[in-house]
Amino acid sequence: MKRHAFWGLVGLGILATPALAGEGDRVNAIKSRGELVCGTSTGTTIGLSTLDASGKWAGLEIDYCRAVAAAMFGDATKVKFAPLEFKNAFAALQSGSVDMLARAAAWTYSRDTEMKFDYAGVYMYDGQGFLVKKSLGVSKLAELGGASVCVSAGTTSELNLSDYFRSNGLEYTPIVANSREQNLANLEAGRCDAYTNERGGLAASRLGLGAPDDYVILEEIISKEPLGPIVQQDDPAFRDIASWTLFTLIAAEEKGITSANVAEMAASSENPEIQRMLGKTGDFGAKLGLANDWVVKVISSVGNYGEIFDRNLGNGSPVKLARGQNELWSNGGLLYAPPVR
Amino acid sequence: MATSSLVRSPVSQSPVTAARRLLAVVVANPFGTAVSLGLAYLAWTLGGRIVDWAFVEATWVASSRAECSPDGACWAFIVNRLPQFAFGFYPEAERWRAWIVLLAPPLLLALAMAPDFKGRRKVLIGGFCLYPVAAFVMLSGGVPGLQPVASDKWGGLLLTMVVGIGAFVFSFPIAILLALGRTSQLPAVRLLATGFIEFWRGMPLIAILFMSVIMLPLFLPPGVEFPRLTLAMTGITLYSAAYLAEVARGGLQAVGRGQSEAANALGFGFWATQGYIIMPQALRAVLPGIVNSAISLLKDTTYVMVVGLFDLLNIVTAALSDPNWLGLATEGYVFVGLVFWSLCFGLSQVSARLERDSERAHSRAPSGERKPQ
Repeated sequence: MKRHAFWGLVGLGILATPALAGEGDRVNAIKSRGELVCGTSTGTTIGLSTLDASGKWAGLEIDYCRAVAAAMFGDATKVKFAPLEFKNAFAALQSGSVDMLARAAAWTYSRDTEMKFDYAGVYMYDGQGFLVKKSLGVSKLAELGGASVCVSAGTTSELNLSDYFRSNGLEYTPIVANSREQNLANLEAGRCDAYTNERGGLAASRLGLGAPDDYVILEEIISKEPLGPIVQQDDPAFRDIASWTLFTLIAAEEKGITSANVAEMAASSENPEIQRMLGKTGDFGAKLGLANDWVVKVISSVGNYGEIFDRNLGNGSPVKLARGQNELWSNGGLLYAPPVR
Repeated sequence: MATSSLVRSPVSQSPVTAARRLLAVVVANPFGTAVSLGLAYLAWTLGGRIVDWAFVEATWVASSRAECSPDGACWAFIVNRLPQFAFGFYPEAERWRAWIVLLAPPLLLALAMAPDFKGRRKVLIGGFCLYPVAAFVMLSGGVPGLQPVASDKWGGLLLTMVVGIGAFVFSFPIAILLALGRTSQLPAVRLLATGFIEFWRGMPLIAILFMSVIMLPLFLPPGVEFPRLTLAMTGITLYSAAYLAEVARGGLQAVGRGQSEAANALGFGFWATQGYIIMPQALRAVLPGIVNSAISLLKDTTYVMVVGLFDLLNIVTAALSDPNWLGLATEGYVFVGLVFWSLCFGLSQVSARLERDSERAHSRAPSGERKPQ
């Protein structure tokens, strides 16, 4: 009885999956639904997606989702956030119950290939770093030899840690815990000298310590964690919208277009690329199947990349994370948008 | 020895005799005394520290973590977010509806606990049968006078209560039918009921919820969507029905065969036998088991996070990542623990009262029969 029901379900699943995946015009589905469904964290990634006291979502990933909604509908509020635990997030995207994920999931080879996803770009270059006690007087990773390091169990951080220390011939003692809170408690109690995690997370974690100023995040990183929006491979048009929304956020910062001056720029800028971007000349919007002034809508509702970063993670937020690699290429960072032409 | 003289000594003593007695105990049992003193010391210091942290050094009013005293609990975090923890994202203008739904169950229970209240059982059973439907209409609105509020706006304690009580009440009749089915003489019915119970009981709740929200959309035609709350409620109800059915079956089997034979002999049909003779005895026998299931179900509601709903635990967990209130995990989880403990303790108190009452009724019944007519 039970077994029959089970195999029946499996059979239905096999029949149903290809039929739906083949149809996939996601852009039309989203437009007819009237809102974008964006898979986010369960409000636990500080600076990326959290809930404020009035129940509104806030964070860099949230603002990116709003930007895509503004691009597609001309209205940044036409987005529904679907909070997903990490272990369910990829399955939710595969089943189509969310249109895209903006959920602090690093771009890796296997996620892109085996899982049949596409990354539409990178909105944050993160990497594994170290939070250490200032009193240790350590400024470089090489000086951490012999230290005890707090790390979360079963994570890629734990593997990266062991790879890095072994390949550099450094001794260390791992102190393993299950959660951010435990790791921080261990660090504060002096059970370990350093705590390793993604730098973005460390900057936020540092704030939760009793005396944040007694701790410092080392400059060096030992892994690459590029975070970006993930979409299914079924609709290239949707992927393009997701990519170019991100590119225009970056390009807008490069060109000095902000939420404050975008209307004025759209009306009076003499720069031909800005004129194309903001829909004054050409048909940049139509090529994506969007309104010609979609970039104006995006920037006026969420601002450019710099504004978004500053508001959620940078100096305009309690986290005060340095831009680092998330600086424009022209300022020595990695953010680079293809030309609008 | 000293202990035996202790047993014989009268209860009221002069302070001198009491002290001598204490000394005798200490001399007779030095190890036990040391352990007791150690425990008392531990309780004193630990208790002192907890009181210090939770009350003496605690901050109740602040607008961010930075304003809280670093030596004590930062309850201001809980206070600031209390409306959110209670109601989730329920629109502020409509909160009065949520208040009614939230306060109805404790008021019903308080009424049930009132001493010598005659209609207790009627109020309890009637109230709780109506509660899920009434709460659902009250919260979702759409009827004249009530604005519609989408179910993904419900959250916090409100959601915990609605899901917990709703799933329990809905699963109860299903469970009784399943228990009857499993003890039935008809092979097909027995097989169906057993299969259902084994299937739902064998699956982890988290997998059921995951399937309902991730897998179900694959089978449904595009455009057909169920609210996530409906999916979660259905999953939890069926899961809980399977567990309750086994509890109810235990009760059915505890009722002697003679009872149903006697009912048959009196000309009672199947449903009349079950309704008037078997079930009242069976359910009374397994009342602790039923309350146990209810308590465990209430705590299982925290799994609704899998389908993207913020119950009390998960909305507090999310709040812990608010950049203005970082590092307050202890306060958050202590709060959630206290709320859940109060709810469960309340339930077990009601259960104890019901048990006492039914015992009293039970012991009265035979003497009543013996009364001359």
